[in-house]
Amino acid sequence: MSLIRLQDISRCYHMGSETIHALREVSLLITRGEYVAVMGPSGSGKSTLMNLIGCLDTCTAGTYVLNGTNVSEMDDNELADIRNREIGFVFQTFNLLPRATALRNVELPLIYAGLDSGERRARANHALEQVGLAPRAGHRPNEMSGGERQRVAVARALVNKPSILLADEPTGNLDSKTGAEIMALFGELAQQGHTIIVVTHEEDIARHARRIVRLRDGRIAGDEPQPPPPASPASPPP
Amino acid sequence: MTRLVELKEGLFIAWDALRAHKLRATLTTLGVVIGILTVTLMGTAIAGIDRAFRQSLSALGPDMLYVTRLDWMITSEEEYVRQNRRPEITLAQVRALERQMIRAQAVAPGAETFVSVQYGIRKSDSVHVVGTTHQFLLTGGMYVSEGRFISAAESEGDRPVCVIGATIATNLFQGGPALGERVKVDRQTYEVIGILERQGEFLGMVDLDNQVIIPIGLFVRWLDRHPELVIHVRAADVAKLDDAREELRGVMRRVRRLSPGVADDFAINGQETIVNTLNRVTGTIAGVGLFITGLSLFVGGIGIMNIMFVSVAERTREIGIRKAIGARRRAILIQFLIEAASLCLLGGLIALGIAWPASLVLARFIPSTMSPAVVGLALLVSLLVGVVSGFMPAWRAARLNPVDALRSE
Repeated sequence: MSLIRLQDISRCYHMGSETIHALREVSLLITRGEYVAVMGPSGSGKSTLMNLIGCLDTCTAGTYVLNGTNVSEMDDNELADIRNREIGFVFQTFNLLPRATALRNVELPLIYAGLDSGERRARANHALEQVGLAPRAGHRPNEMSGGERQRVAVARALVNKPSILLADEPTGNLDSKTGAEIMALFGELAQQGHTIIVVTHEEDIARHARRIVRLRDGRIAGDEPQPPPPASPASPPP
Repeated sequence: MTRLVELKEGLFIAWDALRAHKLRATLTTLGVVIGILTVTLMGTAIAGIDRAFRQSLSALGPDMLYVTRLDWMITSEEEYVRQNRRPEITLAQVRALERQMIRAQAVAPGAETFVSVQYGIRKSDSVHVVGTTHQFLLTGGMYVSEGRFISAAESEGDRPVCVIGATIATNLFQGGPALGERVKVDRQTYEVIGILERQGEFLGMVDLDNQVIIPIGLFVRWLDRHPELVIHVRAADVAKLDDAREELRGVMRRVRRLSPGVADDFAINGQETIVNTLNRVTGTIAGVGLFITGLSLFVGGIGIMNIMFVSVAERTREIGIRKAIGARRRAILIQFLIEAASLCLLGGLIALGIAWPASLVLARFIPSTMSPAVVGLALLVSLLVGVVSGFMPAWRAARLNPVDALRSE
């Protein structure tokens, strides 16, 4: 059974008297364990798609079944619970809380899951270990490099064991070397069986995924599998 | 479980936010501080004044009834003009009442005026002089500290004797022996036979220690031919005060020869006559006073609301992050409500910290103390102000769309 099933999804925005069709009857299936890149130029609807898949937004028409649950007709609070349980977000701008330490940032989803502080700490520390940042647990975002911040964000995304890791231009604010490191981390996580969806407009980044979905003008313009990456994935462009 | 964790997180965030903006928090709180401070002090002062009045009222005694020609509390001028036509209360009526009343322990006439009292070369002007009988000792609620009170024989035989208040004793005799000495009240000479215990003031109007008591017969003969007599009646049983009042009314009507159907041409007053009026007055003062001071609290609340809107605007992105990773509306709402409530509670605590020494200063003028009830109420009110004024900003934050919130800078 597919983890994500989008069926005839449309999303329009009203701007004054004009209606903008960001997505037009998009259908997409993603199964557990896939590593998918969503590509497209700006305005192609990839951000809208990612917001819909991430349950940050709801569609105007169509159905979205996530992990066996129809989420297309859920209200704000139910969607919040779904996001908490099923989705781990990694944003281009990291989106960490600036005044909180790495550990507290990673703990945050567990707070809204209602876990007590002992268990939160243990799981947050474990997630930081997974991304190789255990020694930096007590540091605040402004004391860390961009790559480290994005690792904290990945740890936060992983900590509640979500079904999907959803990354929106995860390397957009990083230099290419650090970006490659983050992509290597994603590669490892995909190997471990995590479902990963990366939204990007860079071919180099998309090439790390095993399947590329291309969007153009709110429709799917291409959907093809990728050969496995070369043995040494970290090959920065010349 | 989730709620508890959310609550803890809310407290943590509120504390963190207050620490991050110490100056701003302090300035914002100032409005609430001033609001709570004025309300608390106002409440304390009103309670103190009320208590002062009640203490002084207790001099009237709960078992006392006072028959007067005019009502004690006249509310309009017409009423005054009408009542002023009533015939005077005479000594003969007092004597008749004394004979006929069964439910009375003591009945004493009271006439008063202010004249000078002289001993040798020392003289006190406008001393409160009371003309009465030996029964006044029972109705007046007073005690003789030296000597004795006027006897029945002395009051009936119009003997020129007097009992003096504690202030008169110190002023005229300056610590020397007073008993047996002769003083001049107005132009007549009286022998001092007793000194009263110190009593204090009555309703801040009459100094009960600055008085001289003489037999009523002499009062009428020398000081005032037609005094405005008050009949002091002490009921035999305080539990049956209403029965005594009814009997008193009946006897008075008979004595004053009122035919049935004619309204009373006298008034029967008691402690509760004043207490009722006092309650109305203090109620009004308290209402108006608390309303006016409450306005400053309201302004403080607006300040809190304002800063909470700023806080929400500043942290839109943070709200977006929290919502993205699973915070429900309730969690965001609680977070900002707690922040607003903590701000106000902090203000309330600071205000109480200032109000406490201020109330001690106040206590030097009126018998006021800051009661635990006032403290509790002040904290409750400040909490309430926080929740009420924080609600709109918090609600706005809770309803933010995560996509838009994340996009904000």
